[in-house]
Amino acid sequence: MSDAAVSFRNVSKRYGGVTAVDAISFDVAAGTLVTLLGPSGCGKTTTLRLVAGLEHASSGTIEIGGRDVTTLSAAERDVSMVFQSYALFPHMTVLENACYGLRASGLRRQAAEEQAREKLALVGLAGYESRLPSELSGGQQQRVAVARAIVLEPKVLLFDEPLSNLDAKLRRHVREEIRALQQSLKLTVVYVTHDQQEALAVSDRIIVMNAGRIAQDGAPRALYEQPASRFIADFIGDSNMVPGRLRRTGGDLASVTIGGLAVEVAHRGAADGEVEVAIRPQAVRLGGAGGRQAIIAKAAYLGSHMEYDVAVPGLAAPLFVISADVATPLVAGTEVSIALDPAGVTVLPAG
Amino acid sequence: MRLERFWLAAGAAGLGLLPWHGLEAPVAAILGWKQAAAPALFAGEPWLWPLVVPLLLGLGGERRALVGAGALGLVLALIQGLAIGLHGWDMAWLAQVFGPGPSQAAMGWGAVVYGVSCTMLLAIGLARMGWCRGDVFVLGALLLILGLVGLFVAWPVGAILRSAMQDNDGVYALGVFMEKLFNPGIWGLDCLSGGRGCGVAWNTLAQATLVGVLATLLGLAVALVAGRTRLPLRPVVRLLSLLPVITPPFVIGLALILLFGRVGIVTNFLAEHAGIPRTRWIYGMAGITIAQLLAFTPIAFLVLSGVLGAVSPSLEEAAQTLRAGRWHVFRTVTWPLIRPGLANAFLISFIESLADFANPLMLGGNFNVLATDIFFAVVGAAHDQGRAAVLALVLLGFTLTAFLAQRAWTGSRSYTTITGKGDAGLSAPLPAGLSAICVSVVGPWLVLTVVVYAIILGGGFVVTFGRDWTPTWQYLLTTFSVDHGVGGWFLSGSGWRSLITTMELAAIATPITAALGLLAAYLLDRQNFRGKGAFEFIAMMSFAVPGTVIGISYILAFNVPPIDLTGTGIIIIISFVFRNMPVGIRAGLASLAQIDRSLDEASASLRARSARTLRLVILPILRPAIVTAMVYSFVRAITTVSAVIFLVSGEYNLATVYIVGRADVGEYGVALVYSAVLIVVMAAVLLGMTALIGRQRIGRRGALAAPAEAIAL
Repeated sequence: MSDAAVSFRNVSKRYGGVTAVDAISFDVAAGTLVTLLGPSGCGKTTTLRLVAGLEHASSGTIEIGGRDVTTLSAAERDVSMVFQSYALFPHMTVLENACYGLRASGLRRQAAEEQAREKLALVGLAGYESRLPSELSGGQQQRVAVARAIVLEPKVLLFDEPLSNLDAKLRRHVREEIRALQQSLKLTVVYVTHDQQEALAVSDRIIVMNAGRIAQDGAPRALYEQPASRFIADFIGDSNMVPGRLRRTGGDLASVTIGGLAVEVAHRGAADGEVEVAIRPQAVRLGGAGGRQAIIAKAAYLGSHMEYDVAVPGLAAPLFVISADVATPLVAGTEVSIALDPAGVTVLPAG
Repeated sequence: MRLERFWLAAGAAGLGLLPWHGLEAPVAAILGWKQAAAPALFAGEPWLWPLVVPLLLGLGGERRALVGAGALGLVLALIQGLAIGLHGWDMAWLAQVFGPGPSQAAMGWGAVVYGVSCTMLLAIGLARMGWCRGDVFVLGALLLILGLVGLFVAWPVGAILRSAMQDNDGVYALGVFMEKLFNPGIWGLDCLSGGRGCGVAWNTLAQATLVGVLATLLGLAVALVAGRTRLPLRPVVRLLSLLPVITPPFVIGLALILLFGRVGIVTNFLAEHAGIPRTRWIYGMAGITIAQLLAFTPIAFLVLSGVLGAVSPSLEEAAQTLRAGRWHVFRTVTWPLIRPGLANAFLISFIESLADFANPLMLGGNFNVLATDIFFAVVGAAHDQGRAAVLALVLLGFTLTAFLAQRAWTGSRSYTTITGKGDAGLSAPLPAGLSAICVSVVGPWLVLTVVVYAIILGGGFVVTFGRDWTPTWQYLLTTFSVDHGVGGWFLSGSGWRSLITTMELAAIATPITAALGLLAAYLLDRQNFRGKGAFEFIAMMSFAVPGTVIGISYILAFNVPPIDLTGTGIIIIISFVFRNMPVGIRAGLASLAQIDRSLDEASASLRARSARTLRLVILPILRPAIVTAMVYSFVRAITTVSAVIFLVSGEYNLATVYIVGRADVGEYGVALVYSAVLIVVMAAVLLGMTALIGRQRIGRRGALAAPAEAIAL
């Protein structure tokens, strides 16, 4: 018995010969928002449905609030879910949708409606009670789905890609609302998304999944700054993957030479010799003194920043570089001296 | 510019080259040069000469002139055809004014070509004036379909009305009409007060309501068992749902007689072992209900399984995560969402039962319904066409009302998915109690279906079904033997002639049906024009006109000039085409809905007009739908009996009518063998098509073939 709201122990889910979720274990602390992140088909949605009780584990145990719920059905678990399509009942009004869980739990209509109205007001939908879902915008439907889920005050609230049906501008707004709601109500939330920016923005902790397994589990900052593998470095933010030569210099530090550029970074356990290095696009400084000569291969103006492809002698592929300097853009063909900022250069563990 | 010259020339050929009267082989008629089969201008019938005027008018090529030419030509041809009949003036007041007038035979190929040409000239002129965005092809297709539907659906239905309103001397008499319409034989309620029996209209309504309710409930149970339990019933039920399409409608009744009739095997068994006396309970409402349930439950199932499948699993999952148990989920989410489908399934079964002719014919006994009463009014000793017309009007009133209700209902009550992206999920399992009820209802139905089909397929291969189980080829040989005689091999079996006639006529009707249906579907799905709703209604209406009504109306409308088709193969082909055109329309609409409009727009932006787009873009993609539409209209043409039983003649007898005849005189062996052969042939055609279409896939879209469900409905 732990104080974790959700606890997975060696949980697997197999469909015939296909293993969707492969012996994963993790805990979700109460009152935190944990994101399951990964490319499509990585098993994140299956994991969420295992929490909800919509799928049942092939092996392993699942605890919610310290209670073993592995064999319980969805209706018997103290969780609620916000579906990707919202799954609002089209034949019921907003209020009836919001009341549904309370009425199913046996609450009388009056009490149920009172609580539902309160939660609808909380998500900013007071006054919309008698509308049908089809009479609401996508963002409003999403809020009804959230209100319907939190009305039950579940131990765990689940979100399955809640922003994927919203347009880009609305997404940021809604994700901030979800985060604010989670923090003010101290909700325990498991959130599934394939969008790494969304995950970085809302999460206390991110569990990155790949091919049914957990690739890395940690705080957003840790994932970004200390990727455990090439997969993570590539998936969280952009990275240039380049070969380098490492020589330990004492303590945790090592000198890494990349295409003639030397930089001092943490060795992260790598031995002297050839290593793979991830360089963030922002970590390449253009035009500084004393750097190495390179040539701008492509340039693109994106308003807030410039994007360049920079050909560096000694490197097979050009480096992808983002520069905040839009006042003095460089054109393709320009020779430029480049240097590396150690903060954005990470040695990847072997394997 | 070249287009209107072509149609002007065609119109001229219709007047000057092709025989104006008679539908015998046109080439032979021209070469033979009989006065009766002469072209309009040389037939010695001066009232045909003015038909040249519209063509001369159109020669200028100006758009108003073309409209005028087309319209005038059609009106003139119509007036002369209606005014002058086989025995002089057709209209009484003309005879009073002019005395005994000229006479003429019915219209022929020349008139057909002339009429089509005038229609096209009208279309060209209207298109030049900017109708339908100047698209000649769309306008031409529209006018052609409207003309054909008007001629072969609306006109005959009008003929029923005319016939019903006339008294025996052909004089319009409202009083007589009212008296016939509200006849106690139709509307009497004696059965409620213990009298002889209720009017045939009440019988029909009661029968249809009973079957509608039961078929819907049974169909729902089957859909729930197939879709929401783990029983591996889905493939079985899919197969069973195809059977009604390939089964001639009366053989189910026949099989029920062999099971439950006075000497049926079940009756025998019960009488000998349980001492239950033999009765004729199967003849009447009970028997008809069982037969129609066997026939129409698959249709209700198809409607309901579609509706059930459209309920997004995530809705049921959402309800589960909100702590709802199985019953609660079913009661509050699943049931309300399928309720509109239930009404739809009821109305469709209701219409089918109203229109059903064959099962009441086999099993009715003393219990009459409208469809059979119409038939007996025409073929029976009474031979009262007026009574038949009145009964047909009442039946048509019922089916059209139900059809309108069904369309209004499906149009307004469907809950569409709210957002684009859906989540894949698992449907909620059924509550245990409900599941048990469904299984216990579906089981007997499945068993009975299997037994019935076993009798149909095997019953013709024993000497006397139920008494003498010795296997025999006797009936097969009687019907389909091939002998060697003086002139070589010949088909000596008694069934060959009707089988070959059926195949020939169905094969001619099939491409026409598919072409008209798909053309109409294209117009409905891809073009916008005023009155589109009305056009769709008219095109689909023939679906709601019962076969018996079509049959009686064709006899009434096409027995005398200007259009005299009775006794020919053409009238059978026409009845096939317009009975089955909705099949083509449905197949086309279902497939077109899957093809993005951007393809048409891309083609249009590359300067292709609609005819070219249809030919080069839509048709190649629609090929599977075309095959589907053709096969289904072929199969339906072969299995239909209600309309054609009025239209067959000695020369053109059809398989189904032949079988009914055999069954009527008690030759069950021959009837069963013939039915089995038909079912096997149809099944082979259907399976062949499925195999063919299964291979035809275009890119990642998968088979574009319209699903069988879409068509069967």
